[in-house]
Amino acid sequence: MTINEIQDELIEDFAFYTDWMEKYEYIIQLGKELPLIDEQYKQDQYLIKGCQSKVWLYPHLREGKVYFTADSDAVITKGLVSLMVKVLSGHSPAAIVASDLYFIDQIGLKEHLSPTRANGLLSMVKQMKLYAMALQAKV
Amino acid sequence: MSINLNRIILKDFDIGRIRADFPLLRREVNGKPLVYLDNGATTQKPQQVIDAIIHYYQDMNSNVHRGVHYLSQISTDAFEVTRRKVQAFIHAEHEHEIIITKGATDGINLLAQCYGKAFVHAGDEIIISAMEHHSNIVPWQMLCEDKGAVLKVIPMNSDGELDMEQYQALLSPKTKMVAVTYVSNALGTINPIAEIIALAHQNGTPVLVDAAQAVQHLKVDVQALDVDFLVFSGHKMYGPTGVGVLYGKEKWLNAIPPYQGGGDMIKDVTFEKTTYNELPFKFEAGTPNIEAGICLAAAIDYLEEIGLDRIKAYEDDLLAYATEKLLAIEGLKMIGTAEHKSSVLSFVIKGIHPYDVGVILDKLGIAVRTGHHCAQPVMDQYRIPGTIRASLAMYNTREDIDALVAGIERAVKMLL
Repeated sequence: MTINEIQDELIEDFAFYTDWMEKYEYIIQLGKELPLIDEQYKQDQYLIKGCQSKVWLYPHLREGKVYFTADSDAVITKGLVSLMVKVLSGHSPAAIVASDLYFIDQIGLKEHLSPTRANGLLSMVKQMKLYAMALQAKV
Repeated sequence: MSINLNRIILKDFDIGRIRADFPLLRREVNGKPLVYLDNGATTQKPQQVIDAIIHYYQDMNSNVHRGVHYLSQISTDAFEVTRRKVQAFIHAEHEHEIIITKGATDGINLLAQCYGKAFVHAGDEIIISAMEHHSNIVPWQMLCEDKGAVLKVIPMNSDGELDMEQYQALLSPKTKMVAVTYVSNALGTINPIAEIIALAHQNGTPVLVDAAQAVQHLKVDVQALDVDFLVFSGHKMYGPTGVGVLYGKEKWLNAIPPYQGGGDMIKDVTFEKTTYNELPFKFEAGTPNIEAGICLAAAIDYLEEIGLDRIKAYEDDLLAYATEKLLAIEGLKMIGTAEHKSSVLSFVIKGIHPYDVGVILDKLGIAVRTGHHCAQPVMDQYRIPGTIRASLAMYNTREDIDALVAGIERAVKMLL
């Protein structure tokens, strides 16, 4: 599936949840499906700045595709990271760099999260694209 | 204050009338009635302050201390009324000991820079405490780096109380300033500030008190405390944003050089030499935040009309109620359990990140702060990433606390 196809699927999934509580419960659930970062990479250099909670994110390149593993010490943040990883993991660096992540707005996250949290989400996107950009040279 | 006296005071504390004065408290957030418990960050404003702001722009907007024209004179008069009200509010001896600043942080930076320029040299020491806000750490750190001076820290115990023996041991002929907070923003501790000042004075050292979390909760008398410098912010005491106060004893303010150069702070300017204006203008370069400066008076009037004794009695009662209710939540640990506390409930819940709780509470219309509260060293001492902080104001109620407790219980159910 392309990045946009995954985004569209998530938008459809989230449309089921009209109640904010169900939506957050779903996000927390998604956090449990996050491909976890290897303990050895849980270091400061893989921390994303700009989040109130800690987020570690590690990229690796396999057969021309970027795969992300991650973790967070807060469960809602972990769910958000999981969403981002679901959308961007397994694609070419070029596709990740070029991606327009419209689903964040459409599933009502940008709108409903506090500014610091929204910034955290934006920092995540920015860092994932930066990693992809760096890995582009190796493809 | 005795419990009986508190009861008498509480009886005529008309919470309904007070709440009615704050229009923002009537709004909804995320479809729920707002429960505002982030007063340590900033308080809401009563209609009296909002009206004063509108009145300023509709009827008197003009620059201060400059024009001969009518509007400039009435705005200057109003600005100076604030200075006199602040003087009375903190019981300063002289009106010119009140410097109008942008806020508490601005006042501390002013003092660190100007006092440091004249009185701090290589090898000197500045004493702060382990529970300071970053605003009362970083300006002194910057001064120490600049001058080759050394920052010393009064440690605190696990309840969040300063170690007074260690403090005494730190005082020495090298100590050039003691800068401590009156009330901790992260823990709520009320420090024994009179004792801290007396000990510093025995050592010949002046003291700065950060009263940003104090003036809205308890009566502050700078002469009774004999404090040398004291700062606070307007926006945390029901007043406008962008204005604050630096109080300094006349002898000190005359002895330290000016801060920024510009309009208002000069007597004569030539290209060869500028002579500086007298107090308080020597420290007030440039056009101030006129609106906020003038309207701070309305906030002081409001506080004094209600009365700080009554506010303190009411808030102490609410703090005790909230403490008891929160401690009944399984896994909740209060951070900051000093004997003398004011209006701050900082806590963590076992197995849950404070941030997650903050997000869920927000969805329920409950505003709290999560994180390190600009006091990272405090969090480091407790080895936690941050806390959930509910901070009280005079308009909060037991219903607010009940909503908070119910919200936390709901969040715990979702998050654990």
